[in-house]
Amino acid sequence: MTGPATIFDKPNTYIGQPTPRADAARLLQGRGRFVDDLQLPRMVHAAFFRSPHAHARILSIDTTAARAAPGVVAVYTGAELAEHVTPYVGVLTHLAGLRSAPQHPIAIDVARWQGEPLVMVIAQTRAQAEDACELIEADLEELPPAVDAETALTADAPVIHADFGSNLAWERKVDVGHIDNAFAAPDVTIVEREFRFGRHTGVTLESRGTVCDFDPSEQTLTMHYSGQAPHMMQVILSRHIGVAEENVRVISNDVGGSFGIKIHTYGDEIAAAAAAKLLKRPVKFIADRMESFMTDIHARDHVVKARMGISAEGSIVGIDFHDLTGVGPYSMYPRTSAIECNQVLNLTGAPYALENYRAHGQVVFQNKNMMCQYRAVGHPIAMAVADGLLEDAARAIGKDPVEVRRRNLMRDDSYPRASASGMKLDDLSHQKALEKLVEIMDYDALRADQIKMREKGIYRGIGFVSMVEVTNPSPMFYGVGGAHIASMDGATVRLDAAGALHVSSSITEQGQGTNAILGQIAAGVFGVPIERVKVTTGDTATVPYGGGTWASRGAGIGGEAMLQAAHALKTQVLDVAGVMLQSPVAALDIRNGAVVDAETGAERITLDALARTVYYRGNELPSDLKPELIATRHYRVTDFPFVFTNGAMAAHVEVDTETGFVKVLHFWAVEDCGRVINPMLVDEQVRGGVVQGIGGALYEECLYSPEGQLLNTTMADYIVPMASEMPEITVAHIETPTKTSVLGAKGAGEAGTGGAPAALLNAVNDALSPMDTSIWQMPMTPERILKALGKV
Amino acid sequence: MSKTKDISLTVNGEVLTANVPVRMNLVDFLRHEAGLTGSHVGCEHGVCGACTIEVNSDTVRGCLMLAVQADGATVTTIEGLADSGRSAALIAAFTRRNALQCGFCTPGMLASAIAYVEGGGIADKQAIRDHISGNYCRCTGYQSVVDAIHDVVTEGASA
Amino acid sequence: MKAPDFDYLRPGTLAEAIAILSEHEGEAQPLAGGQSLMPMMNFRVAAPAVLVDLSALSELRGITRTDTSVRIGAMTRYRELADWANICTDLPLIAVALPHIAHDAIRNRGTIGGSLALADAAAEMPALMLALGATIELMGPNGTRHVPADDFFQGFYDTACEADELIVAVDIPLAPEAKFGFHELVQRHGDYAMAGVAIKATSLAPLSGLRIAFFGVSDRALRVPALEAALDGTSGDEAAIAAALPALEAIEFEGDLKVSAKTRAHYAGVALKRALAEMLA
Ligand SMILES: Cc1cc2nc3c(=O)[nH]c(=O)nc-3n(C[C@H](O)[C@H](O)[C@H](O)COP(=O)(O)OP(=O)(O)OC[C@H]3O[C@@H](n4cnc5c(N)ncnc54)[C@H](O)[C@@H]3O)c2cc1C
Ligand code: FES
Ligand code: FES
Repeated sequence: MTGPATIFDKPNTYIGQPTPRADAARLLQGRGRFVDDLQLPRMVHAAFFRSPHAHARILSIDTTAARAAPGVVAVYTGAELAEHVTPYVGVLTHLAGLRSAPQHPIAIDVARWQGEPLVMVIAQTRAQAEDACELIEADLEELPPAVDAETALTADAPVIHADFGSNLAWERKVDVGHIDNAFAAPDVTIVEREFRFGRHTGVTLESRGTVCDFDPSEQTLTMHYSGQAPHMMQVILSRHIGVAEENVRVISNDVGGSFGIKIHTYGDEIAAAAAAKLLKRPVKFIADRMESFMTDIHARDHVVKARMGISAEGSIVGIDFHDLTGVGPYSMYPRTSAIECNQVLNLTGAPYALENYRAHGQVVFQNKNMMCQYRAVGHPIAMAVADGLLEDAARAIGKDPVEVRRRNLMRDDSYPRASASGMKLDDLSHQKALEKLVEIMDYDALRADQIKMREKGIYRGIGFVSMVEVTNPSPMFYGVGGAHIASMDGATVRLDAAGALHVSSSITEQGQGTNAILGQIAAGVFGVPIERVKVTTGDTATVPYGGGTWASRGAGIGGEAMLQAAHALKTQVLDVAGVMLQSPVAALDIRNGAVVDAETGAERITLDALARTVYYRGNELPSDLKPELIATRHYRVTDFPFVFTNGAMAAHVEVDTETGFVKVLHFWAVEDCGRVINPMLVDEQVRGGVVQGIGGALYEECLYSPEGQLLNTTMADYIVPMASEMPEITVAHIETPTKTSVLGAKGAGEAGTGGAPAALLNAVNDALSPMDTSIWQMPMTPERILKALGKV
Repeated sequence: MSKTKDISLTVNGEVLTANVPVRMNLVDFLRHEAGLTGSHVGCEHGVCGACTIEVNSDTVRGCLMLAVQADGATVTTIEGLADSGRSAALIAAFTRRNALQCGFCTPGMLASAIAYVEGGGIADKQAIRDHISGNYCRCTGYQSVVDAIHDVVTEGASA
Repeated sequence: MKAPDFDYLRPGTLAEAIAILSEHEGEAQPLAGGQSLMPMMNFRVAAPAVLVDLSALSELRGITRTDTSVRIGAMTRYRELADWANICTDLPLIAVALPHIAHDAIRNRGTIGGSLALADAAAEMPALMLALGATIELMGPNGTRHVPADDFFQGFYDTACEADELIVAVDIPLAPEAKFGFHELVQRHGDYAMAGVAIKATSLAPLSGLRIAFFGVSDRALRVPALEAALDGTSGDEAAIAAALPALEAIEFEGDLKVSAKTRAHYAGVALKRALAEMLA
């Protein structure tokens, strides 16, 4: 890669420091800027009448009373809105064979999941809009629903999209090596399990929401958006609402958590935007918590039947599995709902040197809310299947799970190489990560404690996972398949007349500390105190074009663009300084807000003096010197489809065998995300991710009745991790910078969520092993554990 | 027409009078009528804790109290805690520990934390965890929040 | 999720409040701490036409102790109860149970009267009243009634309190010599119980004068006379509990989203065992 090697060992660098976030001050003083905080003149509020049934034909909808209700400004049915919004289809060409039907923001003739919008009411207040929704009379003919993914492909299952002839949305097969021969070899032990991963959802504390405004005089649509990818939203609004792309402005200020939930096309948000255009005034839609549970994308929902073969010495000879996943009645637009299954096929067993690998994934339609990409897409499934089987196999042959990993992990000196599924891998450190993990957790002491406690009837378990995480995606993730989603990101760095830096970037902030690391990179690479860097993100009108923050790409891609831009600006400024100071450029550097003598560090000219000369008294400069004092750079990953990171994690749990309750005693995570830009922020990303993983492993599940009714739509019924029960989480790092960029940063945002469930599963099964039982279903609820124990 | 009622209350030291719909809850009033958007709404059924504010010196759920019930009351929000300096030590500790990511839970976390600190809470991490067990945070995993509160309790004890 | 509209009244006297309730015949609903009613209204599962705010009724406030009992006004908040100077000595069972009820901010508003009137099957307060042998004082258009806790809880969110009546107070007999036990099973601190039990005994060795109230197991908080009888006179050791457990079959266990009726039955036994073990330790 291009760029000076000296960036990281300059005296004034911020990269690698646990610098506190500048935006914390705002949020801690109640000065955040979230979507629902906006109060615009003439703003009206949207509420939705939603389908009470999982599958129903809309015979008629009478909105007369609703239209006459106090405060009501407008009412739109699906048919009425369809005149103003074009439908969308969630398919991508690189997911060969994936099919989905055209989707309208509001259903027109058939409702296909409970919660699908049927009517939008716009009123002066949200309360009035909800009052009017109660007055809507919908004549709906219930149709038989296909709810259960496992029967969705049977001959007598109702077919959700008649044209397709079946509920199969997509399937893919991978077959590498000779799995049957490998499994048939004489000394090979086979373990076989059926894994079940419940549906869960993101439960961002700030629900989805938008405030849209339309100015007919300039034909401009402005969307204030609680989301991750403003430029993606800009294209979508333009294409489907019919406003020129350059006239759509998408602004995302503070976002109260996202985790992949807020990166999709939701009918209610599109409808609100269309209403703003039709009414020529601001429309606010804020999902309430019941709407969030019913309509925020759900995730997981997999049944995996899997086998692993292992030799007597503990070498894994192969993995063979079938993954079935239910994605709701449509593939989500524009990212599709096949990516998670695809990831499971790509990632299962990816840390291990496997010769034989066979996988079959099937994605089916069903009458439930849509399933799509949520934090750590596919990872918890892939990791739990491979590492769950690995520890099961280790038990079967009487070997320690750490020993079995040592034998099978890809060697740290074996890269570049590919995984069994064909993923290109480089710069990974599975062996180092595992050794560090074993050291920081004091593995031997924990095993000794486990034996002692068992004698007292206390069942503790230790479980591990070695994992990879997909980060820094290249155009091969979405763009190649025809999605209007940028894989590059841009950064602009500008020096103002007072010697401060104004930087902007196309990546976005949802609490990860995006703005903080952009500031650190700019300050460090260019050479100003960090207080003098002002960061702007999240506004298509002012930031460079780019993808946004998702798939752990912010630091790695957006950060690299910022590094390149800051470095380019520095080169420009030094050129000017060279002329002004009559000095060779190579003898100069920028440090702490001043141009200095590179050798001695002695100050030559402050940046503000330089900038004021350039801006105010250009007459003092040679006429052929035309400094810009601004630089923009873009970056995308070119040599790899993704940049993988790796980690090793362990959970220590205690299972109360009388109640089935699991207490997580401690959790350890060793993470290699390449260059660490801000260790404090990375550690907190990992911790937050681990706790989300614990949520999926122990608590969280969207429960549906056989009729397709979501049963838990409150936060009292859908339970999430709270402070009392969560463990302390120890985080440690290995730093193997990626060679794909100068910065060398890979992502870290999803590792905890991707890895923790596998570690938890293994720990619980380790605890249960003296009772000769095990559990393979998540969440591992007390009742399921009691069932495994034969107690109920 | 919505049924309304005149109320008068002291919010962050300022006396506010307003005519409010009787069905409007206190946090909606503070956010949308009084313009104090620092308090947040995450569930509207009392579980998430994002709307936690101080009414007559006690923490309460702003979504489970009507604005009309606050007639005559003294209310303090995250903005008031910051302006008066009461939350200064917590702000410093939360910043140092990165005890917030998206910051949406932060107003409620601070309200609960200040009740703990000012109420003589002890420097015990499990006790702190139990105390904030009614405040949901999806981002942090809680450890940094617990550590930040623990820091403030410890500093207070040694000050 | 905004509450449907209503008329809001804040009567200044108990008599006035009762008059409003009678006048509106089932259309009016009292508002105490609002910690259950407000969520129900926000969900639009409760839609009273008239909301009667009880907060100005001084008759419903205050804790008074006589030589034989403690009278707790219906509008007494959990927090006030916890802060009451005599809570640990006079009402130790309540002192132990209070921290299990929700979280600080909810205990700062929620009232004892609200909890009893709601009669959530998984709530602690109803079971505590059963175990303590409390009497509930009601006031309606026809005057005052005193209903023993044993007769008060009648089914799923159903109590002896009529729509035009208010709970005024509860009266709890003092029992300075009694011993108490309490255990509840929850996955998360402050959640409603997946099963729980509150126990009063006049003596421990052997167990006698037992009042054992379960919550979070059926449609309401309840006692099981056969179980109390089976344990009475025993040492409460494992064998005695094992012999008594079949008496739990008298309970019609209910399942919910988290646990089946069968698991509940198992949990009731576990909670009992643990509460007794803690009492006897
Ligand atoms: C997040 C959360 C967690 C909770 N966890 C628990 C828990 O673990 N255990 C638990 O027990 N509770 C729990 N609760 C409920 C809480 O305890 C409620 O406060 C209580 O159930 C009701 O009391 P209230 O004063 O708020 O009553 P309100 O909500 O005001 O009223 C409840 C009902 O009682 C009626 N009512 C109120 N007062 C009277 C009266 N004096 N006479 C006649 N009728 C009356 C009302 O009309 C209404 O129908 C929780 C609540 C929340 C929000
Ligand atoms: S918004 Fe009030 S507790 Fe969630
Ligand atoms: S910081 Fe996002 S919810 Fe707590």
